[in-house]
Amino acid sequence: MALVDFIKRFEPDKKNKYAHTTYDAFFTFLFTPNTVTTGGVHMRDGMDLKRTMIHVVLAMQLCYVFGTYNIGHQHFVAAGQHLGFLEGFHLKLAHGLIQLLPIFIVTHVVGLGIEFIFAAKKGHAVEEGFLVSGALIPLIMPPDIPLWILGVSVAFAVIIGKEAFGGTGMNIWNIALLARVFVFFAYPTTIAGDEVWVSGFESLAPGAAADYGLAHDVFNSLFGWMDLATFNSAATVVDGYSGATPLGLAYNGGWSAVTEQFSVAQMFWGTIPGSIGETSKPLVIIGALILLATGIASWRIMLSMLIGAITMSMIMNAWGATPFMEVPWMYQFYMGSFFFAMAFMATDPVTAASTNTGKWIYGFLIGFIGMIVRVLNPAYPEGWMLAILFLNTFAPLIDHYVLESNIKKRLARA
Amino acid sequence: MKHISIRIFALLSILLLSTDVYCQSSGGSSNYLIWSLVVVGFIILIGAIISLSDNLLNVEASKQGLDTAEGDYGVFPSLSNLFAGKVPAFASKATYHKLSKGFTINLLGEATEVDHGRSAQRFAISPKDFIEMSPIPKVEVEVGQEVKAGDVIFFDKKRPEIKYVSPVSGEVIEINRAEKRSIDTIVILADKEVSYTQHEVPSINESSREDLVSYLAASGGWTMINQRPFDIVPALSNLPTNIFISTFDSAPLAPNYEGLAADNKLAIQNAINTLNRLTEGKVYFGLDAKAENAANSVFTDFDNVEVHWFAGQHPYGNVGVQIHHIAPIANGTNVWTLNVNDLITLGHLMTSGEYRTERHVVLAGAGMESNAIVKTYQGAHIGDLTKGLVKEGSRVISGNVLTGKQVTEDNFLRFRDSQITAITEGDSYELFGWLLPLVPRPSLSRTFPAFLMPNFQFEGETNMHGEGRAFVVTGQYESVLPMDIYPQHLMKAIMAGDFEKMEGLGINELSEEDLALCEFVCTSKQPLQSILRDGLEMMREQL
Repeated sequence: MALVDFIKRFEPDKKNKYAHTTYDAFFTFLFTPNTVTTGGVHMRDGMDLKRTMIHVVLAMQLCYVFGTYNIGHQHFVAAGQHLGFLEGFHLKLAHGLIQLLPIFIVTHVVGLGIEFIFAAKKGHAVEEGFLVSGALIPLIMPPDIPLWILGVSVAFAVIIGKEAFGGTGMNIWNIALLARVFVFFAYPTTIAGDEVWVSGFESLAPGAAADYGLAHDVFNSLFGWMDLATFNSAATVVDGYSGATPLGLAYNGGWSAVTEQFSVAQMFWGTIPGSIGETSKPLVIIGALILLATGIASWRIMLSMLIGAITMSMIMNAWGATPFMEVPWMYQFYMGSFFFAMAFMATDPVTAASTNTGKWIYGFLIGFIGMIVRVLNPAYPEGWMLAILFLNTFAPLIDHYVLESNIKKRLARA
Repeated sequence: MKHISIRIFALLSILLLSTDVYCQSSGGSSNYLIWSLVVVGFIILIGAIISLSDNLLNVEASKQGLDTAEGDYGVFPSLSNLFAGKVPAFASKATYHKLSKGFTINLLGEATEVDHGRSAQRFAISPKDFIEMSPIPKVEVEVGQEVKAGDVIFFDKKRPEIKYVSPVSGEVIEINRAEKRSIDTIVILADKEVSYTQHEVPSINESSREDLVSYLAASGGWTMINQRPFDIVPALSNLPTNIFISTFDSAPLAPNYEGLAADNKLAIQNAINTLNRLTEGKVYFGLDAKAENAANSVFTDFDNVEVHWFAGQHPYGNVGVQIHHIAPIANGTNVWTLNVNDLITLGHLMTSGEYRTERHVVLAGAGMESNAIVKTYQGAHIGDLTKGLVKEGSRVISGNVLTGKQVTEDNFLRFRDSQITAITEGDSYELFGWLLPLVPRPSLSRTFPAFLMPNFQFEGETNMHGEGRAFVVTGQYESVLPMDIYPQHLMKAIMAGDFEKMEGLGINELSEEDLALCEFVCTSKQPLQSILRDGLEMMREQL
C-alpha cells in the first residue's frame, strides 16, 4: 500500500523514544500492524483492545450529544430564557460546546500526555486504556468545573491510579471515578453545593449576571449575521432558581419536594441539572444495550447491580425513617446517575471482579451499598461513585474466595 | 448438596419480597409487626414442610440404591434438568454430556475426497516431537541402513527400555542434527511395499501386566500412549487411573476417524482389551453426538469400553475436556490418553504383531489449491504430500490452526499429527483494520457482523489483528472453555510461579490444546499455550 510507505517515511529513529512512541501510537491507530502469529495458535480473533475500547466510546456518544445540549439548556433555564427544550437550539448547542470542548481537551491533553510520557519511559506501546477513561471523565464532571481542577484530578487519576500500578490492565480503581472522587474530596469548597451544575453565571444567586466570554462573542457575531437570536449578556439568574439536583431535593423533602421542581418526564429524559453526560436515562440505557448486544460489558454486573439497588431501596421503603427512605423504590431510578454508573463504570473489566460468580456478588454489593450511601449519607449527593470505588477495592477479595472454593472443590477429589 | 444455597436464597427472597409488598399495600394497618411475624412464621413453616419432603424423597431414593449425589431426586428439580434439551435416542444408553461453552472457527477448505494419486516417499521420526526426550537420544541406525517398519530407530538413554521405531520400511537416508548436535530427524526413504518386523504377540488376557508392558515398550507400542498431565510418553512404572480416547477431533478442518476405524475394528477391540489390562480403572470413549451419522458411529460397536457422548462446539472433542466431564484428574494422579490413529497402531501390535501406522492425512485449508485426504504413514514428508498444492504466500502447518506447528515443505508431519493445514500469511497492513475491517475474520465478539451468519466460512489468515497487551478483558476464556477452570487466574499463577495455586486451579487437567481456543479469542493476544507449557514444565521438575 502506497499510504503505508508514505507514512513509514516519517518514522523517527527508535533511539528517540518519545518521538517513536508517539509515532507508533498514531501509526497503529491508522493501520493494524502486519505482525503475524508465531508459536501457539496460527489464527487470532479479529478483536483487539482498540476495538473493544472504541465500542465503549461509541456507546456513550449519545450521552455526549445530549450532554452538550443540556449544558446550554440548563444555562438558559436558569436565565429564564428559551424555556422550551428546543427553543434557542443554536444558542444552547453553542453554549454547551463552549463549556464542553475545553473540558474534553484538557482531559485528553493531560491524560494522554501522561500516558505517552510513561509509555516512552517504560518502552512499551501506548495502551488504549485512556481512550475510555478520557471519554468518560468529561461526562461525569459538573459543567462548571474549573479547568485547572480538572487537569489536576486527571493527572492524579492517571499517575497515581494507573501508571503507579503498571499501566492499563493493572489498576485497582476505575480511573474516571478516581478523577471524579479527587475533585470531590480535594476541592470541596469549590465544588460543593448546587452551583456547579449550571454554567455561564458568576454565581447562582438571583440577579447574578451571565458570564460570557470571547467564544460567546464569536458565536454572537455569527448568529447575528445569520439573523438568529444571540446571547444576551444582560441575562441574570431568575428569582427562585436554586440549581438543586433531584437528589439534593429528595434528601431534604422526599419525593414531593422533587416533583415540585421537576416532572418525572424531565428527570427521565434528563433535562435537569447534573453532571454533563449522565442525566438522560433513555440515552444511557441505549448505550448500555449497545454494550450488552456487542457483549463488551458484563450483563452479570449490570443485572446484579440493578437487583442490589432494588433490594436496598425496598428495604429502605420498609424502614421508612426519613423522607428520602420513603421515596418508592422505582422512583429512585429517575434520580441520579444509577444507569450511567451501571453501564459504564461498574462494568470496567479491569477493576471489576474477574470471575463470573464474583461479578454477581460485586454488582449486587455496588447496588446495595450505593443506595445506602445515596439515601443515608448527608454529605454525598450520590452513592455510586463511592460504592464502585469501594467494591473495586474489594473485587480481588471476592475473586479470592471464588477461586478458593474452586481450589477446594478440586482438592476434594484427591 | 449443591442446591442448598439456591434453596435458602429462594426462601429468603420470597420472605423479603412479601414483607415489602405488604408494607406498601396497606398504609393504615396498625399491627404491622404482628402480621409480618405471622407471615414470617408461615413461610418458615412452609419452608420446613418443603425441606422435609425433599429430604424424605432423597432418603427414599438412597434406600432404593439410587445415586443421590447429583441432586436429581427431591422436590426441587435441578435447573439443568429443567432446561436440558432432549437427549438423542442413540445416546440414551450411555452418558450424554451437553457442553454449552466453546466456539467453532468455521474455515474454508475442508478435505472430503481421498486422493489416491498422492503419496509420500520420505518419512521421518523426530525425537523433538517428544517433550520428555533428552536432546541426544541413542540412535540405533546408520545412514544407508535398511530398516523394516517396527525396527528400533532410537531410544532415550534415560529410559532405554522404551523404543521408538520406524513407521515404514526402507533405507535410512539422513540423520539430521540441530543446534548443539541434538538429533532433529531421522529420515527413511520408503520401499514401494512396506514390510513389517514380526513380533510374537503375547496373549492379552493371560500374560501378566509386566509382560504386556515390556512387549509394548520393545515393539514401539508404548510410544502410542500419552500421559496426562504433561503430555509425555509415560514411564514403564506408570499406572493410570483411567484411559481416555476421544474418537473425534473438533478442531477446525480436523480429520474424521470413522473410515479408518471401520477398516481396523479388530485392532481397536484388541487395543481396548490391552488397555483394560494396563489400568485399574476403565477405558473410556468420547463420541461425537453432533456428527451427521452419530447413531451409526463405528465406535459404538466395541466392548469393554465405557461410551460417553458429547454435544457442543470445539473444544468438545478434546480429550482433556472429556476427561473433565467423565472422571477429572485428581492432583497427584495421572491418566493416559490415545488418539484413534495411535489406538489402531497399538491394536495391530496386539493382533498381528506388526507396527502398522496407516494414517489418513487431511490436506486442509484455503491456502491450498484443492483439498484432499491422503492415505499414508506416520511422519510423512509434507512436501511429498502437498506437491503443487500450497498457494504462494501461505503458511503450512503440521496439525490444525490452533495447536499445529509451523513447518516448511521440507519438514515432516509430527509424530501424532494427521492433518496439514495451509492458510494465508497475513503479513500486510490494514488501514483502520481494528475499526472497520474489510476482510471478514472469525471472532467470538459480536462487534463483527459475521456473528449473524454462523455458517459463513472464513479463509483465515495469520495476522495478529492487534498488539499484545496486559490482561484486560475478563470472562472471555471461561466462555470458550467448557471446564470448571479459571484460565486467566491460572495463567497469572503460572507467571507468578505459585505452585500451590497452579495445582489448585487445575493445571494438571489442562494441556495446550485445551487452552488453544482461549488463546485464539484473547483480546490481549497473550500466548496462553506457551505460558501453560512453562507451568507444566515447572510442575514436572517438581516431581
